[in-house]
Amino acid sequence: MFSLDLLRDAVVLGLLLGCFYAAVSIGLSVSFGLLDVPHVAHPAFLVLASYGVYVLNEYGIDPLLAGLMLTPVFFVIGLGTYWIYYETFEKRGQDQAVRGIAFFFGIAFIIEVLIILALGVDQRSVSAEYIGKSWRIWDMRIPMRLIVAFGVAILLIFLLTQYLSRTFTGWAIRAVAQDEGALRLMGANPFKIKRWAFGIATAVLGMAGALLIIVAPVEPTLDRAYIGRTFCVVVMAGLGSMSGTLAAAIILGVSESIVLTLFGASWAPAISFTLLLVVLAVRPQGLFGR
Amino acid sequence: MRGQGFIFWLVAAAFLIGMFALTLGVRNEYPFFAGYVILQFIVLATAWNILGGYAGYVNFGTSAFFGVGVYIAIMLFKAFNLPIVVQIAGAALVGGVLGLGVGFLTLRMQGIFFSIATIALTIIIETFITNWKFVGGAAGIQLQRPPVTAPFESYVKMLFFVQAALVVIAVAVARYIQNSWIGRGLQALRDDELAAECTGVPTLKLKLIACCLSGALMSAAGAPQAMYLQFANPESAFNLNYSVSALAMALIGGTGHWIGPILGAILLGVTQQLLTVTISSEVNVLILGVMLVLFVVGAPSGLIGLVARRVKRGGGR
Repeated sequence: MFSLDLLRDAVVLGLLLGCFYAAVSIGLSVSFGLLDVPHVAHPAFLVLASYGVYVLNEYGIDPLLAGLMLTPVFFVIGLGTYWIYYETFEKRGQDQAVRGIAFFFGIAFIIEVLIILALGVDQRSVSAEYIGKSWRIWDMRIPMRLIVAFGVAILLIFLLTQYLSRTFTGWAIRAVAQDEGALRLMGANPFKIKRWAFGIATAVLGMAGALLIIVAPVEPTLDRAYIGRTFCVVVMAGLGSMSGTLAAAIILGVSESIVLTLFGASWAPAISFTLLLVVLAVRPQGLFGR
Repeated sequence: MRGQGFIFWLVAAAFLIGMFALTLGVRNEYPFFAGYVILQFIVLATAWNILGGYAGYVNFGTSAFFGVGVYIAIMLFKAFNLPIVVQIAGAALVGGVLGLGVGFLTLRMQGIFFSIATIALTIIIETFITNWKFVGGAAGIQLQRPPVTAPFESYVKMLFFVQAALVVIAVAVARYIQNSWIGRGLQALRDDELAAECTGVPTLKLKLIACCLSGALMSAAGAPQAMYLQFANPESAFNLNYSVSALAMALIGGTGHWIGPILGAILLGVTQQLLTVTISSEVNVLILGVMLVLFVVGAPSGLIGLVARRVKRGGGR
């Protein structure tokens, strides 16, 4: 019943899927991992981006191009969100933590309902040349949409990692994550750096949203499943570790794909959440943590 | 203090007698059908506040406890044909044990990590129920209500009264915790857990008590749901909407006092019932979300905070 061939297929698909998960989680790795913002609404923004891509695709624009077009829009949304969060919660201190979490939870629900009101609860997908085709290697068939998502995801992660480790702003972002007080003493403004970083983290979602809708059709409540996946990846990676994000996402992707082959799709939603709980309970600093 | 306690129990008794009189006096079923939902949310918001408001642990897992309550009731009914009161007791017991488990999670997780862990719990339990054929699996399960016993003339009216009784129990528990050493200890650990632990507050014990009671009440509130709808499926029983509603109602009402969640639940519950009838059920989730965000941004102490400020200003003049 279960053969090595099946296992091999599952691992290969899981690897591709894992890189895609890294792409949708890398923004959270910056906003939650580096900036400590309890960004529960990250997956909701992701699904919102997917719907943006869907709407643009209706006008005949390629999904990847549409994702690129949405990037500056999401950058601005990110700046605005962080500004509100900073003014109302971060500035007022620790006892605001409960309300900060509730704030993002509320935002997530608002986005969900607005999508339902605007476009309905039906599943939506995009059309492009590379969707629906598949690629043959030996006796394996790999869907072209996964390969496209894989390639773009790798590129996205590479660019973001380079940005954080090579540029001056990137250094500043990592510095603010390490020691905000020291940065202030150097005469820099931590708020401006964090706002910029949050903008970047949200801008990445434009592209990630395009990948999400390329890989599979989306529905308004899809963000609930992705709360598990994205937080699982970021926590398993160890907060703020970019290379860890890729490794953790691949672990998640392969485990999901193997369980799916063995037990069927109805168990799929629990995998990421179970992994997340296990990591939180056993190794809260993550596999590649600081 | 004693005088206040007397007044509280007097009001509670008057509330129960009033609700009972309504079930006898009003013929139309609809007010009870709608009122049941509002009462259920009072229980959920009050229960949420025991952990979220007093201890400062944001629980996103209200739907996990609620759904467990629904399915324990179904199991007890389907396997042994037990009456509703036993179903509720069973659900409360399992909810309490689950709450203890969540309480141990707080040992290693604080803040957002705890919140995410409670969502994880919801989805994991939902997935197990979805794959369990005995209770209907993903397709859900139809239930036939047993004949209703006197003095109630219909099952919905009886459930309405049962839920009203749960409201009294939940509020009494919340009020007791708030006024006792448990409440003061929880408040201390909410402000600074490390400092509280160092000064000798038994933080783990307090958190376990809070989680256990909160969980038991949430599951109890869910137990009558299956009989109320005569149907249950995992997707609706474990819907995250219960989590966001309980949290929003408590935060909007105000988390500092047991009256807060009641006010929030009544305000939002009534608005939702009116909107569901007149517009659509999507819009009421939207209103809930918007009000939640507006309140956490603009009125951190909720409705009771707004009222207190008004009273203080009035007194100054």
